[in-house]
Amino acid sequence: MIIKCPHCGPREASEYTYIGDASIQRPDHNDTDMEKWSDYVFMRENPRGAHMEHWQHTSGCRSFVKVLRDTVTHEISDVTLEGPWQAEDKS
Amino acid sequence: MSRYSAFSLIKNALSGHKNWKRTWRAAEPKPHYDVIIVGGGGHGLATAYYLAKEHGIRNVAVLEKGGLGSGNIGRNTTIVRSNYILPANTRFYEHSMKLWEGLSNDLNYNMMFSQRGVINLAHTPGQMDAFARRGNAILLEGVDAELLDTEEISRRVPGLYTGQNTRFPIVGGLCQPRGGTARHDAVAWGYARGADKYGVDIIEHCEVTGFIKDGDTVTGVKTTRGDISAPKVAISVAGNTSTVMKLASIDKMPIESHVLQAFVTEPLKPLINTVVTFGAGHLYISQSDKGGLVFGGDLDGYNSYAQRGNLPIFEHVAAAAVTMFPNLARLKLLRNWGGIMDMSMDGSPIICTGPLPGMYLNAGWCYGGFKATPAAGWCFAHTIANDAPHALNADFTLDRFYNGRQLDERGAGPYPAHQ
Repeated sequence: MIIKCPHCGPREASEYTYIGDASIQRPDHNDTDMEKWSDYVFMRENPRGAHMEHWQHTSGCRSFVKVLRDTVTHEISDVTLEGPWQAEDKS
Repeated sequence: MSRYSAFSLIKNALSGHKNWKRTWRAAEPKPHYDVIIVGGGGHGLATAYYLAKEHGIRNVAVLEKGGLGSGNIGRNTTIVRSNYILPANTRFYEHSMKLWEGLSNDLNYNMMFSQRGVINLAHTPGQMDAFARRGNAILLEGVDAELLDTEEISRRVPGLYTGQNTRFPIVGGLCQPRGGTARHDAVAWGYARGADKYGVDIIEHCEVTGFIKDGDTVTGVKTTRGDISAPKVAISVAGNTSTVMKLASIDKMPIESHVLQAFVTEPLKPLINTVVTFGAGHLYISQSDKGGLVFGGDLDGYNSYAQRGNLPIFEHVAAAAVTMFPNLARLKLLRNWGGIMDMSMDGSPIICTGPLPGMYLNAGWCYGGFKATPAAGWCFAHTIANDAPHALNADFTLDRFYNGRQLDERGAGPYPAHQ
């Protein structure tokens, strides 16, 4: 599996660390609704097919990237930088 | 149905093995059953068997989308052990161990259950302390455990490298002498034959495509072979739990599906007569009766529904195997395969009623599905028959993730890939 890093170009997936599902949103820190927090911590859509996920290029530029990957074919259709650097992403 | 015995073997040998009967009927789906079990793997078949045997519920259908036993029951490393540390897990897996010990007789089918021991290796003094604590917790539950020093390990596993000239030298280990291996396919076939004997319909190539609901209550399933109704619908589909639950409009589960690979080498003369696990990385290895070394390691690490893995884990696992047993370096691998694990967010399983009325759920088996097969079937059958869990699976609820009662065996937090 090859993930195309916006900085470093196409690199083997073993250079990256899988962080997890990128579709979940952390509730606001002042939100004390326990059910929302349980949903955030434990509940996953776990789709068969397109899955948006966080990876980190740990053995490369150490950027966090958002990857759109198919969980059946492992085909990667999109990789974007995360965080404030997203605006500089020219890929 | 005829019993298998030395006599039946001789009789069939004399007629050239041409008169063996089918092991189970090729059943056609009926429009109505008392219980429908979705998923004809080890767990689903065991559930059907114990429903019929222990609870007298025989009007049961097991629906399997592919061929029987084509999922994880045939895609594991066949290891059986019950050396867990949390009381709920220890008791459950020990019940499973006791069922394993009598299973060949109970089913009249040779499970080739071999209690050759499972040795977990420790590589640091801290890990030895943790093993001592784990072993004591296990002994307090009445389960067997033995702490081993390096000399004893080298005596028991002669091919293992126990020297100091390595990144992670072995300093000792924890053994469960009653642990071991079983023939995985025989488990599926034995339970299928046992359930069939009681009149359970095992329906292969019948995929569930939807649920029939009356309001919120599940009253049946839509399948590729027509609609089937039943007051009780039990889900036992391992890595496909999330996809099947979506058919019932339950969009989120505390589960991620991950691929776990396993490998088998070309056959060798006897080399390893126990099961050994590497404690500094993740590898478990044993030798099958045919002589092949069977081993597996970590998950590939990202969500996957593909029943195949990628090469980095292949390399990692092979490297760990050669670190432990340097004499394996020139062996050829015959096959590798991947199974889709239903990794729950705390590493422990779910066997409960619900989440909808008329529905029952058995899921979240992580690495433990194979060894759990007998007890999972036994407890799930009890839960279905009584509409309430048995004491052994009372803690394996789905709502534990909402009320702070997670069973985090590894103390690893809500991170399925690192269990």
